[in-house]
Amino acid sequence: MSALLEAKNVSKRFGGIEALSGVSFSISHGEIFGLIGPNGAGKTTLFNLLTGLAPIDGGSFALDGRSIAGLKPDRVAARGIARTFQNIRLFGNLSALENVMIGRHVRTRAGVLGAVLRNRATRAEEAGIERRAAELLDYVGLGARANEAAGNLPYGDQRRLEIARALATDPLLLALDEPAAGMNASEAAGLRELLERIRRDGTTLFLIEHDMRVVMNVCDRVLVLDYGRRIAEGTPAEVQRDPRVVEAYLGSAVERPQ
Amino acid sequence: MLEALGALRRHPAAPWVGLGVVAAALLALPFALAAAGTTWVRITNLAILFTLLSLGLNIVVGFAGLLDLGYIAFYAVGAYAYALLASPHFGIHWPFWAILPIGAAVAALFGVLIGAPTLKLRGDYLAIVTLGFGEIVRIFLNNLSRPVNITNGPQGIARIDPVRIDGIDFSKTDVFLGLDFSGPIKYYYLLLLVAVAAIFVCLRLQNSRIGRAWEAIREDEVAARAMGIDTTRLKLLAFAMGATFGGVAGGMFSAIQGFVSPESFVLVESIMVVSMVVLGGMGNVWGVILGALLLSYVPEFLRFTVEPLERQLFGRTLIEPEVIRMLIFGFALVLVMGLRPGGLWPSAVRKRELSARDSR
Repeated sequence: MSALLEAKNVSKRFGGIEALSGVSFSISHGEIFGLIGPNGAGKTTLFNLLTGLAPIDGGSFALDGRSIAGLKPDRVAARGIARTFQNIRLFGNLSALENVMIGRHVRTRAGVLGAVLRNRATRAEEAGIERRAAELLDYVGLGARANEAAGNLPYGDQRRLEIARALATDPLLLALDEPAAGMNASEAAGLRELLERIRRDGTTLFLIEHDMRVVMNVCDRVLVLDYGRRIAEGTPAEVQRDPRVVEAYLGSAVERPQ
Repeated sequence: MLEALGALRRHPAAPWVGLGVVAAALLALPFALAAAGTTWVRITNLAILFTLLSLGLNIVVGFAGLLDLGYIAFYAVGAYAYALLASPHFGIHWPFWAILPIGAAVAALFGVLIGAPTLKLRGDYLAIVTLGFGEIVRIFLNNLSRPVNITNGPQGIARIDPVRIDGIDFSKTDVFLGLDFSGPIKYYYLLLLVAVAAIFVCLRLQNSRIGRAWEAIREDEVAARAMGIDTTRLKLLAFAMGATFGGVAGGMFSAIQGFVSPESFVLVESIMVVSMVVLGGMGNVWGVILGALLLSYVPEFLRFTVEPLERQLFGRTLIEPEVIRMLIFGFALVLVMGLRPGGLWPSAVRKRELSARDSR
């Protein structure tokens, strides 16, 4: 397996705080790669740097060998990285179907002239967008709710819809920021199945997650961050036994007040 | 009887028949208005111009969610472009069909120029900056008479050429099929044609890849960017498209009035257009048209009714009609926005937004 994403010495400062310092890792094609760490460890910051939503201070990202550091978010999406958000960011007043159709934007071309004239090519493209969006809704199990406003969907469905919208951009790498947050046990189990299926269908997954059932069951490898530094990397089982990880989550025995 | 009516409505030809009836009514309208006085034809023409402006502003405000309070600047740019290229001021007399695209293009360029520095601004901040830009354009028009006289300053530009198409002079009355086609009536048909084209463009844009991208930006800009939408390009496109409509309307205004001066492009006019869009229903093309027509006609209607009414009630003019007119107008606006915050004819999305907010 060759590396799909290569992160080298990624650094980010917010004023005097070092949010990320020299984080390096690589994700292989077809992997489900987990990113864990206590609150404030820099996980979401790493996602924001990766997707171009925040400027990177040092280091680099390369997707399939080509640097993507410094690209605007829409160019990053065009290169093949799609993401979801920890605090769901759907287009709440638009229907579920429209949300996914917007995800197709980056893979389609029609401009003002096409929109106004609605020529054969544009009509074909529009039909393709709608068909693909409907397929993706079925894929994540929301086929029946296509016309409901995204903001009115139950929480778990909103998370799935965000995944469908991200998949609509045909990503090579799908970055999910706490997809299981707020889900009950059966919803989380359904999500695990969905993630496995996405991987089987050829998309590599990069996943921030707190739900240990999800992390332990689906991730091939896990990277652990604490205070912006990489403290461990390995299979879920290895990471779980790592004393530094235990310390990061629970504090050391010495520090713990008695 | 009702059943028969229902069956008629379901008939596949029904929409076409309805369209035919509306078209016939619109075609006959100027003659009915002319019977009540040519003034009403002129008022209608102005109402159509404001409809064009509202449709243009709706692209920026309603579709892309960018509150622009300086929109009248594009109207001014279009109007002056026409005035300078078809008047004795520079001695240039280009034909209407050549200038209108130029005016539209120049206005679009201004849209991009004004849009570019404001890309990072949202909401109130964007509104204030665009308001400033609108004023800058007006102040330039007022002062670009020295050292080189370009705009003729506050005196404005007079004796602008009327529209001439294929030998038909829009400032003169022609008799055709036994009907008197006066200047305003001819302009009415020209404006109607342009308005229909504008409506068509708006509806097509709204239901397209571009329209969806604008909606995404309005809903959540960060998510839109992450989904691969080039928000810079699409916001500039919205500004440029909106400005184009303004430029076209401005050019027509110049030709119809035969005179332009900076006074026609003051802040109040911008606010009027924003009111039309908001009152009618931001984002809904038909609502915006309704808003523009209402806010164009109601003040005129009040102008003709308030004073006679006062005389009848009190025997004399107690309060200036102008004052009462603005009072009623303002009160009506407050009332409508209080009772129907999404506008008189809200878009489906706005309706959803407001109901969601209520239930939260």
